[in-house]
Amino acid sequence: MTTPTLKRTPLFDAHVAAGAKLVPFGGWEMPVQYTEGVRAEHQAVRERAGVFDVSHMGEVQCSGPGAEAFLQHVLSNDVAKMAIGGAQYSLLCNEDGGLLDDLFTYRLGPDRFLTVTNASNHESDFAWLRERAADHDVQLDDVAGAYAMLAVQGPRARELVQQIADSPLPPRMQAAPRIILGREALVCGTGYTGEDGVELLLAPADAPAVWEELLRRGALPCGLAARDTLRLEVCYPLYGNDLSTDRNPIEAGLGWACKEDTGFVGSEAVRRARDDGPEQKLVAFKITGPGIARQGNPLIGGGEVTSGTMSPSLGVGIGLAYVPAERAAVGETLQIDVRGKTRTAVIATKPLYTKETDG
Amino acid sequence: MAEAGYPDELLYHAEHDWARLDPAHPGVATFGVTWFAQDALGEVVFFDPPAVGSSVAAGEFYAEVESVKAVSEVVAPLSGEIVEVNTSLADTPEAINEDPYGEGWMVRVKLADPGEADSLMDRDTYVGTL
Repeated sequence: MTTPTLKRTPLFDAHVAAGAKLVPFGGWEMPVQYTEGVRAEHQAVRERAGVFDVSHMGEVQCSGPGAEAFLQHVLSNDVAKMAIGGAQYSLLCNEDGGLLDDLFTYRLGPDRFLTVTNASNHESDFAWLRERAADHDVQLDDVAGAYAMLAVQGPRARELVQQIADSPLPPRMQAAPRIILGREALVCGTGYTGEDGVELLLAPADAPAVWEELLRRGALPCGLAARDTLRLEVCYPLYGNDLSTDRNPIEAGLGWACKEDTGFVGSEAVRRARDDGPEQKLVAFKITGPGIARQGNPLIGGGEVTSGTMSPSLGVGIGLAYVPAERAAVGETLQIDVRGKTRTAVIATKPLYTKETDG
Repeated sequence: MAEAGYPDELLYHAEHDWARLDPAHPGVATFGVTWFAQDALGEVVFFDPPAVGSSVAAGEFYAEVESVKAVSEVVAPLSGEIVEVNTSLADTPEAINEDPYGEGWMVRVKLADPGEADSLMDRDTYVGTL
């Protein structure tokens, strides 16, 4: 058996030194957890601050006079609405409305944008974009190798980063260049945990020093396992679990990120799905008794679980599942076949975790 | 998490399970998983016990433990009938990590054949397999 060579981030040595358990993820060797464990990491982000190495995420730069028109053509959201320094979530769809990826795009200038891709989709996204760029006055660059990315998340995250920044950090959903610990960084008011915080895009060579300084100031290093429990509690979908080419944005509950009037690739299919109503909908659930449902567990009567875990904050099994639309209302009961045992769950309001409902 | 360790007084199965024979209760054994097993699992968040009165066979699955990321099945080191399950693991499954040979015990079993215990490993033999 041959194992493909896994890529390593600039922080690989720091992860090993911190006692990380490393696992393959999207072609990368990534920390799944450190010595204190998932629960401690999860709690640190909910209550204080944690830092994640998300350098496996890819980046594509789009520049030139036709950059805005090109992104408007391929991305589902209304790119023209993004001001300089703005951030926007959008989807990359195929002509049938199937989901190719979900993305964050930052507008760095009138004619310059940076789009962050999921690691496992990065190469196919870039190829897809390049094919469609031919008719546009735009230059596309795969700049994944030019950036390391750190996500600093939690109620104290901004305060920690602010201590080593040259000027006030951009607010939520905005991005701006800043000097962090004497190094150039793009600071983005975004994240994937449901907590306040920032994501830092840095030159790979600069990442280890910034990482060490954040740890020294009290951020706990956090791995992919905590990233998964945190995102699932706030019902952020994960590409590869909850999103795939077999699903469209309307089924996935992402219609809010689609502006069909822009005529983006796949917009006709998305419009039809919106008008006709989807056959299935992605819902959030809580298990009402013991047990945990997992990705791939079928629902009795149709549908399936696409993500499932034990919620560290709520203390119950939670997850996301595609459910026939007529049974997708909050309060409906689901019967889930968990390896031959029937587990009962109830459809709950998204997000499953909020500060107010804590405990 | 507990420090790595393998008590001398236990018997060990290759699938990283232990059995404790209590001289005060001949013919009854307590089962659990070893330090090695809980470390490989990571933080246990759910223990799904078998029913009291059900039968278990040596080398076969009798319960499930779930960590945050994965589910694993627990192998019985010996054969017999479940006479008690550790119900406290419903609320504190983390005891399997914190105290795998004490509070983290899983079931008590009335042994079908007490002589079957001869097939298990002593501490040093088991540690030699790790």
